Amino acid sequence: MTTRQQIRSTKGVSLKHPSGDKRFQILDATMKRHQYQQDALIEILHKAQELFGYLENDLLLYVAHSLKLPPSRVYGVATFYHLFSLAPKGIHRCVVCTGTACYVKGAAALLAAVEQSAQIHAGETTADNQLSLSIARCLGACGIAPAVVFDGTVCGHQTPELVGDRLKEYLGKEQ
Amino acid sequence: MDLSELLEIAEQERQSQKALQIRCCVAAGCLSSNALAVKTGLEQAVTEAGLTDTVQVSGVGCMRLCCQGPLVQIDTSAELEHSEILYEKVAPDQVSAIVATLQSQTPANTPTTLQQGDLTQPFFTQQRTIVLENSGKIDPERIEAYIAAEGYQALYHTLYEMKPTDVINAITHSGLRGRGGGGYPTGLKWATVAKATAERKYVICNADEGDPGAFMDRSVLESDPHRVLEGMAIAAYAIGSTQGYIYVRAEYPLAISRLQIAIRQAQRLKLLGSQVFDSPFDFRIDIRIGAGAYVCGEETALMASIEGKRGVPSPRPPYPAERGLWGFPTLINNVETFANIAPIIRHGADWFASIGTEKSKGTKVFALAGKIRNTGLIEVPMGTSLRQIVEEMGGGVPDGGSAKAVQTGGPSGGCIPASAFDTPVDYESLTQLGSMMGSGGMIVMDQTTSMVDVAHYFMEFCRDESCGKCIPCRVGTMQLHQLLTKIREGQATDVDMELLKELCDMVKHTSLCGLGQSAPNPVLSTLRHFEDEYRTLIDKP
Repeated sequence: MTTRQQIRSTKGVSLKHPSGDKRFQILDATMKRHQYQQDALIEILHKAQELFGYLENDLLLYVAHSLKLPPSRVYGVATFYHLFSLAPKGIHRCVVCTGTACYVKGAAALLAAVEQSAQIHAGETTADNQLSLSIARCLGACGIAPAVVFDGTVCGHQTPELVGDRLKEYLGKEQ
Repeated sequence: MDLSELLEIAEQERQSQKALQIRCCVAAGCLSSNALAVKTGLEQAVTEAGLTDTVQVSGVGCMRLCCQGPLVQIDTSAELEHSEILYEKVAPDQVSAIVATLQSQTPANTPTTLQQGDLTQPFFTQQRTIVLENSGKIDPERIEAYIAAEGYQALYHTLYEMKPTDVINAITHSGLRGRGGGGYPTGLKWATVAKATAERKYVICNADEGDPGAFMDRSVLESDPHRVLEGMAIAAYAIGSTQGYIYVRAEYPLAISRLQIAIRQAQRLKLLGSQVFDSPFDFRIDIRIGAGAYVCGEETALMASIEGKRGVPSPRPPYPAERGLWGFPTLINNVETFANIAPIIRHGADWFASIGTEKSKGTKVFALAGKIRNTGLIEVPMGTSLRQIVEEMGGGVPDGGSAKAVQTGGPSGGCIPASAFDTPVDYESLTQLGSMMGSGGMIVMDQTTSMVDVAHYFMEFCRDESCGKCIPCRVGTMQLHQLLTKIREGQATDVDMELLKELCDMVKHTSLCGLGQSAPNPVLSTLRHFEDEYRTLIDKP
């Protein structure tokens, strides 16, 4: 029986995910706090991504059924916003800011340096799952441009050398 | 909570102030240069030196000179002769040196390792702070600090001494215009929503600061969140609303957490929630977090996003003032607009109207960035010239270069050439130059920046951020981007140039929302002021 059928079959009773994964209970609690309101969809997807790392189809279906929304609507919202990811991310994250201030101060060179040393393009993850690279439109850290975010920490005044050293730490581990 | 209780909190807070204040900037810019370690280090060093009775270490909001962070400012209170010292680029291992200067009371003998900032430089002295008056002075995570700075008195005053129409008249009379970029008269917008009859009305604060190169709203929210809440509450009273939303972008986690703290504190003191100040006025504020879509800065798209839908814009009319969130009349203003409300009520509309130019009143906060010596936040009266901002306050281009242009208004704005730097900064003058006020990002470009590259960069941005609902924007920005790539690579001909101009015109006039309508602006403004740069790429043999 697929997850979808299982969810359907339990409809009307208490809606629990069959996997028994604890994270679904936390997600349920979040939805309950929002009184299963459909307009809280974005908040709930934020929570789901925070718990699971990314939004896989099964998870989106679960949210859709819980909020009594058509799956197309949930999928549409999840794919519309840049911050939602439908594919798993690497262990480390590197976000290069390409806002105007960073751009004027050489963000393109930083991005090229990362792409070259990790052999991936923005939006991709390395084959060994060590690093995900993405770009941000503006972090609002223009005073310390150019800025790069490593694992959630904003680092200012970056140079290709500084970024390269950091990446060696990330990518060197498995070598 | 009544006025006497409010004043008592303020008095208690002032009494508990110690003679020496060490203020450490804990806004996002400085935090990413390790400001938190500096702050904890300072607290420890003060305790170890046994100075806790006279010295107070506090984390405060943005001190504006972001490029020199982490910033630490030392203030002696008014009892002694008032003096201020600013330390720049403070490292955690320098904290003991700072505390040592306090003990010997000879700040002149600063160790060479400490970099002392000049508070008398034009960057600071030429500012006129209204929105940022508390920024860098009060602890943004303590409501008492805001109350001590006359906070929430304007709200009390409006609830008990003003009728909703009085509030709207005051805002109209002050001449305040929307600070999000459009420059629509705020009083007029409020009056329209107030006139609408409906079962419910909403107030929305647009904190989806998407323009790359703009960080004013982030700083206001991180440095003085209560000011925005107070402004929203006054607006809600004026238009007759009981529910407000703040839509913040998810890229600003610190601003979100400080807003959450501020809302909780205000609710606890009954300054928000039901029966504010024991009056019949109820007002709740909820935070809605964006998910990374630039188009959500557009008001109809923002409302769709609050409703949990894809953030696509819808045609106007109907304007949000008639039919907005869930179909009810809705007032949407920007963070900086709301931040101006409490001072206007406190000091009067005439006071506000006396600042600025004939058509643009008050001050504007700009985020100064790019190829310039002093990057950070500045707040100047409307009508200040670009030359004064770039050359005097900004300190000019570093390494002996010269400024070529200033980009204002983000992807919707344009580039203003150095020859037009004497233009006063107000809504009309910037529009005449083919740019716009925008939300306040100001990026300085020097001779090494190619203007064709800049146009290409912004077009790439608009192409990626187009929501795809209307064809002129979805396909037009893509075609424009391809044309610009061709020009940049030196493969374009005169025919392509004609096509570029024609397509700009088409996208501008036929797109559904502001994103598409203004997407060609960076191209048009660089074509207007820097056509020679395009020509050299086309006439290449």
